[in-house]
Amino acid sequence: MGFNLKYSKFNSSSILIEWQQSIDQNILRDILKFKKSINSHYFKLKVEVINTYTSILIIYDFTIDNFNDEFLTLKELYSSLNTIQNFDSKLWEIPVCYDDSFGPDLIQYSVTKKMSKSEIIDCHTRNLYTVYFLGFLPGFLYLGGLDPKLNLARKKSPSLNVKKGSVAIGGYQTGVYPQDSPGGWHVIGNSPVELFNPKQSLPCKILPGDKIRFYQISKTDHERIIEEIDSNAFKLISIPHNA
Amino acid sequence: MLKVVKSGFYTTIQDSGRFGYRAFGVPISGSMDSYSSHYANSILGNDRDCAVLEITMSGPELHFQEPTQIAIAGADLTPKLNGKLISNNQVIDIKFNDVLSFAGLRNGLRCYLAIKGGLQSEVYLGSRSMYNTISESDTINVGEEIYYEKSPSNSIKTYSNLKYDHDLLSTKILEVENGPEYNELPQELKNKLSKLQFKVSKFNNRMAYQLEPLMPNTIETILTSPVLPGTVQLTPNGNLIILMRDCQTTGGYPRVLQLTERSLNIISQKRQGEKIFFRLTN
Repeated sequence: MGFNLKYSKFNSSSILIEWQQSIDQNILRDILKFKKSINSHYFKLKVEVINTYTSILIIYDFTIDNFNDEFLTLKELYSSLNTIQNFDSKLWEIPVCYDDSFGPDLIQYSVTKKMSKSEIIDCHTRNLYTVYFLGFLPGFLYLGGLDPKLNLARKKSPSLNVKKGSVAIGGYQTGVYPQDSPGGWHVIGNSPVELFNPKQSLPCKILPGDKIRFYQISKTDHERIIEEIDSNAFKLISIPHNA
Repeated sequence: MLKVVKSGFYTTIQDSGRFGYRAFGVPISGSMDSYSSHYANSILGNDRDCAVLEITMSGPELHFQEPTQIAIAGADLTPKLNGKLISNNQVIDIKFNDVLSFAGLRNGLRCYLAIKGGLQSEVYLGSRSMYNTISESDTINVGEEIYYEKSPSNSIKTYSNLKYDHDLLSTKILEVENGPEYNELPQELKNKLSKLQFKVSKFNNRMAYQLEPLMPNTIETILTSPVLPGTVQLTPNGNLIILMRDCQTTGGYPRVLQLTERSLNIISQKRQGEKIFFRLTN
C-alpha cells in the first residue's frame, strides 16, 4: 500500500500505528482495511482495535514481550492487504428538527454566518457525511464532510448542558450529542433517534466508514419519532453504500 | 445481600473494566488502583476480575445479610466491624447482621472491599463497573441492596500469605514513558517534566487528575487521536492532565507522557495537594 506508517509502543500492552496527519477519505479507507485485517488476525486473542482520523490503536489484554516482533507481524499483515478490495459500508438517514426550540444557538449562528436559517438547513442536509470514528462520548460520531461555508469556531467557553440529540457544528465538524453533556459546539437542531444503547451488545449500529445524511423534520415528526422509539416502533433505516 | 445504610463520599462498584467497547467511545473504567483491587480479590481466592466496592475518601456503612468473607486493601480508611477496628489486607469472616463502617481516612485515597465470589450487580456491556450513562447509577446509594453469594466462612482457606506492596501508597515517583508527542517538546520543557515536583490539583476524579503548576506550552493541539488511562496531556494553556480509568477514548491535546500501570495505581491513591515526580524510563 502507498502509505508510510509509523509503529510505536503506546504502553506495555498497546501499539499505536500512525498515518500522515490529515483528514482524508483515502487514509480512512486504508485504516479501516488494515483494522479489519488486524481484527481477523487476532480473532483468537482478546484485543481491542480502535481507529481515529490517522491512527490505529491496538490494545491487548496482556503485556507485550517483544514489540519488534509484533511490529514485524503487523507490517507483514499491512503489506499483504489487497488494494482493490472494498469494505462494506452503509448510508444512514438521520432525521433532524431545526426548530428554534431545539437549536438554541441557531439564531446567533445565522447572524454570525450572515446566512438565513433555510440556507443553513439546506447546506447542512445536502452533504453526505463520512463517519471517521467514535469517541468523546459513548456513541459520538466524528463526521467529515461539512460544507466549509458552515465552518464556525467553537464557543470560547462550553455550554454546561447540551441536550441529548443536539445536532451541532464546531469548526469544520458537525455531530450529534448521544447524551446530555457539556459541549462547545453551536447547537442548530435536534435528532430524536437513539444513537447509543448500552443494553445492546452492539451498542451503536453506525460504524466507522459508514455515511450519514441529515434530513429535516417538523416538530410534530420529532414528537412522533420519540413516541415510536419509546414503543419500539421506530427503526433507523440504512441502505448499503459502496465506499 | 449487602445493605447500604450510608453511601460514603463516593463509592462505586468496579471490576477490571469494560474491555472491548472503546471503538464505540465507551471508556474502559474499572478499579482506579487495579493493584489493590486485585490484591483484595486474590487473598479471598477470588478471580481478579470479581466486582468490588471502590471506596473513596470516606467510607460507607454496610450491613451484611448473609455470612461470607471479605478483604479490604488500598487506602487506610480505619475500617471497623461492629465497631471494632479491623485491618486491611486480611481475610475477615462475616456473620449475618454484621456491620462494616469506616472511621476516617488515614493514608491513601481509595480502598477496595472485596467479597467472597464478588458482587453480583448488573452487567452492562460486559462489566459491572459503574459509569454514568452506561450503568443505571454512577455510585451506590443509601437503601440499595447489592447481591452476593452466601459463603460459609469455613468453606475455603485463604491466600493471605500474599504480601501487599506498601510502597504503592507512600512513593511520590511516577514511572513514565514518552508519549506520542513527547519529541515535539522543546528540551527546556522536557527537562522541567523530569526535574520538577508537581502537585495534585483540586481537579481530580475518576476521569482525570490535573497537576500544578502550569507549564509554558508552545506545541499545538493535534488531530483527535487515541488516548489511554495514564496518558499525560498538555493543554494549550499549559495544564498537565493525567487521564484516569474513566477517561474518553480519544483526545486532541498533545500526549506527552504515558504512565505505567503501576504509576497509574500510585496516582490513584493521591489527594489534592500531594506531591509527585515523573521518572522517565525510556
